[in-house]
Amino acid sequence: MIIDLLKQTKLINMKRRDFIQQSLAGAALVGLGGLSLQSLTTVPDQRKITILHTNDVHSHIDPFGPEDGRNANKGGVARRASLIESIRKESPNTLLLDAGDIFQGTPYFNYYGGELEFKLMSMLKYDLATIGNHDFDNGLDGLYAQLPHAKFDFVSANYDFSNTVLDTHVKPYKTFLKEGVKIGVFGLGIELDGLVIKELYKETKYLDPIEIAQDMSRVLKEEEKCDLIICLSHIGYYYKNTPDLVSDLNLARATKDIDLIIGGHTHTFLPKPTIEKNLVGENVLINQVGCYGLYLGKIDFYFNRDKTKAANGTTIIV
Amino acid sequence: MLYKNFILCFFVVCFMSCKEEMYLEKIEGKRIEINDSLVGVSKIEDFIKPYREHVNNTLDSVLAYSAGTYSKTDGDLNTAIGNLMADAVLEEANPVFESRTGKKINMVLLNHGGIRAILSKGNVTTRTAYEIMPFENSVVVASLKGTHINEMIAYLQKAKRAHPISGLSIKLNNNYELIEAKINDNAIDENKTYYVATNDYLYSGGDSMDFFQQSDSLYVLDYKIRNVLIDYFSKKDTINPVIDNRFIKTN
Repeated sequence: MIIDLLKQTKLINMKRRDFIQQSLAGAALVGLGGLSLQSLTTVPDQRKITILHTNDVHSHIDPFGPEDGRNANKGGVARRASLIESIRKESPNTLLLDAGDIFQGTPYFNYYGGELEFKLMSMLKYDLATIGNHDFDNGLDGLYAQLPHAKFDFVSANYDFSNTVLDTHVKPYKTFLKEGVKIGVFGLGIELDGLVIKELYKETKYLDPIEIAQDMSRVLKEEEKCDLIICLSHIGYYYKNTPDLVSDLNLARATKDIDLIIGGHTHTFLPKPTIEKNLVGENVLINQVGCYGLYLGKIDFYFNRDKTKAANGTTIIV
Repeated sequence: MLYKNFILCFFVVCFMSCKEEMYLEKIEGKRIEINDSLVGVSKIEDFIKPYREHVNNTLDSVLAYSAGTYSKTDGDLNTAIGNLMADAVLEEANPVFESRTGKKINMVLLNHGGIRAILSKGNVTTRTAYEIMPFENSVVVASLKGTHINEMIAYLQKAKRAHPISGLSIKLNNNYELIEAKINDNAIDENKTYYVATNDYLYSGGDSMDFFQQSDSLYVLDYKIRNVLIDYFSKKDTINPVIDNRFIKTN
């Protein structure tokens, strides 16, 4: 039985075979020195999870030209692809996320309805996206028609699509397992009434983001037992003139167990992630990288199996 | 035998490790600028190329010829390019509105800030329409009573900006006080209902044009301002707008 298992493992995972061979070498030492087995396995104690993110790219596929008044020579999907490739080489446990408003902003969207945006994001191996208000610009049917071009999933926990064509195509959350670290990502969208015309969003129901986020963080923490909880939000960073309006900052303060909020909608260029205290006084990171693919956000989470390494709390470097 | 046990032990440990607790030790966050120091992935470039060529070919097809260069900064209370836009909305949207409702658009009001580029002398293309109007705003028609039209005029007097209008004419004195306001050469009747074409941004309270909130019915035409311009340009050989007397201040 053990041999069979070994064979299977060889077929499935060459890396795992390396571990076994090294642990066999270690096993000989166990007999001699009586050391614990766990300390001799080569599975590292520290695991690095990299979260890369964009938001409000708005169909900006080509870089801005040299004559552009504001963003000259910045942006461009092909360049973003090369940056992501190099980061993945250095950090294989990477998730690539988008916080919505993929659509609308250049003629590429008007001509192809989002097909090119989704195809390119698939080539860049995006893992997940949430839905922004502009992603409704060709209506629910327009978004639905482009879904086959997206080889990544969409999450939204506070849009109830059950009476629409998107029913079952958009999940509230998705979990990922990267080298023993379980990551849960849920999506939040902005209120559509007054922002998007009803004919476009039809029977989509908007639910309160804070209530939904409180529930989602409980599900991901307690039921899914996630080590890392990320909110992919398109509700906006903060509204200075209406500070009580639901926003990423207010969401961070009103919830717990969320480690990172990746935001969008307000096109906020944060020079570095914001650190905010949550409902129980713990740190939450909020990040948003403006718009048009001018920047890529990068958050590295270092986990350790050794509790003493995190005994003095989590170090945050921004 | 001993080895086999160790292998078994290893699998147990390995299996358990998937469920074991992970402690967050450190977080590092930053943003990275995407700029020309990065060399684009050629596979991605090659994939985009045919899409780009198609878009560019159609965007650059010539629709009309512009006799001059027109900027929204040339003119005081009305500008040639603003007049062109407001007139184009009246000319292109009215047949759509009339065919659906049997009514006529009496006037047009757009916003000066909504003119996003100059119209340059020479060939006018679809790209020109995208430059002037990159936003997706659409034409809506609001019904407003004469009293609300007067509020609109008060707003325009106060704003002192060349918000594009068509069908409406306003004459102010040197102190921006109203001398005369007319819709299609008739004095404004406070009790009459007027059909005002605008864009959905202004109708929703954009630029604080709150008088639109008093509209008792709204007609959504699903006709983008950009498409109005494209249709308008397509019908003209030469674009030759002028600054006129529709909104003026006398000395």
